[in-house]
Formats: sequence, C-alpha cells, structure tokens
Amino acid sequence: MATLGPSAFSPYPVAVYESVLNPPPGKALLINEIVDEEIAMREAAKAMLTRPNPTIFPGPQVLYAWNEEAKEKAKLVRKMAEVLNAKIIPMYDYRPKYPKINPAVEINPNHPNLTIWHNKIKACIFVGVHCHYANVALKIIRAETDCFTIAMCGMAGHEDAMITLRDQHVEEMEKFIKIAEEVKRELGK
Amino acid sequence: MSYKIYEINEEFLDVMPQEIKDLQFRATWGNPKRGVMDLPYSKELIEEHSLCAGCPESMALRYILASLPNPEDTIIVNSTGCTSLVFPHIALHTVHSLFGNQNAVASGIKRVLEWRFPDKVKDVVVLAGDGATVDIGLDCTLQSFFRQEKITTICFDNEVYANTGGQESGLTVKGHVFKMAPKGKQWDKVPFWQIAIDSGCHYVARLTVSSPKKVETVIKKAIYVAREVGPTYVHLYTPCILEIGLNSDDGLDEMRQRDKERFAFFEYMTPQAQEVIERKKEEGLL
Ligand SMILES: Cc1ncc(C[n+]2csc(CCOP(=O)(O)OP(=O)(O)O)c2C)c(N)n1
Ligand code: SF4
Ligand SMILES: [Mg+2]
Repeated sequence: MATLGPSAFSPYPVAVYESVLNPPPGKALLINEIVDEEIAMREAAKAMLTRPNPTIFPGPQVLYAWNEEAKEKAKLVRKMAEVLNAKIIPMYDYRPKYPKINPAVEINPNHPNLTIWHNKIKACIFVGVHCHYANVALKIIRAETDCFTIAMCGMAGHEDAMITLRDQHVEEMEKFIKIAEEVKRELGK
Repeated sequence: MSYKIYEINEEFLDVMPQEIKDLQFRATWGNPKRGVMDLPYSKELIEEHSLCAGCPESMALRYILASLPNPEDTIIVNSTGCTSLVFPHIALHTVHSLFGNQNAVASGIKRVLEWRFPDKVKDVVVLAGDGATVDIGLDCTLQSFFRQEKITTICFDNEVYANTGGQESGLTVKGHVFKMAPKGKQWDKVPFWQIAIDSGCHYVARLTVSSPKKVETVIKKAIYVAREVGPTYVHLYTPCILEIGLNSDDGLDEMRQRDKERFAFFEYMTPQAQEVIERKKEEGLL
C-alpha cells in the first residue's frame, strides 16, 4: 500500500508551497536547490544506479515516431535504459483506463502511484510526457510514494520532480548517457 | 493531426501493450471506406466504455466511430451526460465542452482549423445528449445552424436527462413518468429534426441505432455534406434502458419497436446536399 513520501522530498504534494521553482535556463533543480546541469545529471544517474527497481517512463513524445527528433530520442531512451539497468514502462497516452490498468506493464498519469507501488520503483525518469500530465503525475508520486523522480524535460522543467533537467534534447540526452556511463564505472556497477 | 502519431518507434514495440500496437497495425486509418463491417476484424477506436451494460448509447458510439470517414482528422466535441463518460476511452481528439456550449465550441474549432489548415480536410462533429442539444444548449445549437457552420451535430436522444438520474427533457414524450418527473410530462416531445430543417440544416436524419449499416450511411452523408455545404443534424434514438426499466439485453428490441413509430427512419436534404451525396456515391464513398 501507500508509502508516504519522506519529508526530505516534501510533506506536501506541491513543491511550490515550499518556494521550490523551476531552474533558470542552463541550470537544473536538485530537490530544492538550483545546481549546474552536470551535477544534477550525476545525481540522477546515481539515484537510478543505486535505488531498487529503476524505471524509465517514456511518454508519447518519444514513444511515437511523429518526427525525426522523436525517432532519435527513442534510440537514446533505449540506450539510457541499458546503461542505467532500468526497466521501461510506457505512458503511451493519458486516457483514464477502465476497468483498471495493468501496473506491471503500463503507467497512467491519473494514478501513477499504482505502477510505482506495484513494481516497488524507487527511482524513475519521466521523458517525453506532455507538460500538464507530467505535472499531475509527478505531484501524485511526490505525495504518495517514496520514489525518487527525475524529469528529463524538453521545456522548462517540473519543480515537483526531485531532479529536473530542463531543455533536454538529443544533445543533452547524449551528454546524460555519457555521464551515466562514468557514474556506473565509478560505482563499479 | 496525422495518423503517424500512432506509429510506435520500433525501439518500444516490445514494451507497448497489445491494444496500443493494434491502433497502429489493425485500426482503419486513412481509409474513407471504413465502416461498421470492419468492426469484427479491425481495432476499434473505442476501448472499454463505462456506460451501463447494454446501453444503446454504447452501440451508437461504436457504429459512429467505425463510420467516420476521416478519423485521423476528426475532432469530436461533446457535452456533459452519459455520452461524455465514453470520451476518455476514445483514441481520437475529443473536446469536452461546458454543458450546452458544444455547438459554439465546435463552431470556433471548425473556423480555426479552416484558417490554420486550409489545405486539409478537418471534420468537426458534435455529439451530445438530448438535454444538452435541445434544452440547455438549444441557443448554441440553433445559432450554429443559423450561422451555417460547417459542422455535424449528432443528438443522442434517450428522451431523458439520464446522467443526473431521470429528469424530463424537451425530448421526453408527453405523459412519460421518470423518477424526477413523477406527474408525467405535461407537454409534447419537441420535433427537433423539423426545427433543424427550419433552422437551415442541409442534411437531417432521424433514426434509431438498431441498424448499424443505416447509422454508417447517415453519419457519412452528414459529414460529407457538412464539409462542403453547411450544418447537418442527425437525431438518434438511444434509449436509456436504465431509466425506462429495461434489462441489458432489451435495448435492441426497444429500438426495433420504435423504428415502426416515433423514430421511423426520416431523411431530409437540400438540393446542394443531394448533389454532394450523389457525387460521393459515384466516388464509391457511400
Ligand atoms: C452547466 C451545467 N448544467 C448542468 C449540469 C448537470 N448535468 C450533468 S449531465 C446532465 C444531463 C444530461 O442529459 P442529456 O444531455 O440528455 O445526456 P444523457 O445523460 O441523457 O445522455 C445535467 C443537467 C452540468 N454538468 N453542467
Ligand atoms: S443511465 Fe441510461 S443512458 Fe446512461 S449509461 Fe445507463 S442506460 Fe445508458
Ligand atoms: Mg438524455
């Protein structure tokens, strides 16, 4: 059942209550601190490589081949999963699903906590999820789980994630994979 | 929109659920000849629905979604009511408008799409209950007809406000008793198909959804005419089996009975609409 988020993350589901705001361009957000992107990327890789059941949640913007960038990003997400020894569970659309979702293989923004509880996921990356649904899902996860969330966002970021990497496109994703490979080596994983 | 948005990057094919892969490989995108005959063989654009078991609204939705000639470029505008419970499960763009505003919202969407995508065919279809279309939204419905908006309006007439537990609507038949109309309705059923004609619709049809093929033909005609000429209106009887006390498997019989009386098939078209319909027949699209 539910494990409440440790207060280190936030006792509230909404980070802005604690004055946590998105990072400015070129920077990243680590819990409630604005840091250099590289520092946040290292921490993100470390979280994924050390916490149980790391999982990447790709959203529609990378799952579907709707433009060239999406096709590139799909390859990079796959590579990232390999480097981070992470599972991939897709958030393929945002429709509420009846009678119920199968939390072993899918995640839905309307109740993302079900997938996190079921798979005991303690670290995850959101990538390619449209802004408003990432916002909703990250708030629910923050409030209802002890999962360490990482938002790899193509736009301005998500203050409700424990780590926000903003303006992430092909080049930045390649950089993250490189850093993750380094961290993996350092950790001897 | 392009149906490319359902093309899954091959890197993810192994992690996608079957029903989503089916939308890419077994759905009938890009084929204007799609229709109800595809239902047993292809992926439907509606996943599960959350209506009462056996509700004829669910049949109507299945037939309509199977018949849209251009689903990848169709936007459905709906309103609050039992129908609206289904829209979250549909693999198309749908807009849930404020109750009653659906035809105003659809008018705006249609105009913007024409301006934004002048070279593309974009169909805008309104789908709402009788309460939304004929009572609370009557103003917006009629004004969109008066303004000759190129949209198709489909009314799911179950002769009651079903979603709120059984109040009479303008389309309830005189004398009908509902949970919240205990004395029985005092006034006649509004003949809205006639009002639609008088208000400028170019194609109007009234029918039950007992015959899938008939629903398909009517929907296609209404959409093709709306594309080229002006507003069209389809009035469907989708009885609320719950509020009239029928069992889950009684819906079809109820509709077949009404086929012979107040919902006998009725069709009207203006000369311009007829021209479009004849042309589409020649093209093999009807
Ligand atoms: C502005 C507004 N007024 C009233 C309501 C309450 N309401 C919700 S559903 C409904 C009745 C819907 O009846 P109908 O359009 O016939 O659809 P049905 O449920 O019968 O399919 C009403 C009045 C609402 N949601 N919004
Ligand atoms: S209440 Fe009536 S109209 Fe609504 S889902 Fe049930 S049977 Fe259908
Ligand atoms: Mg109704």
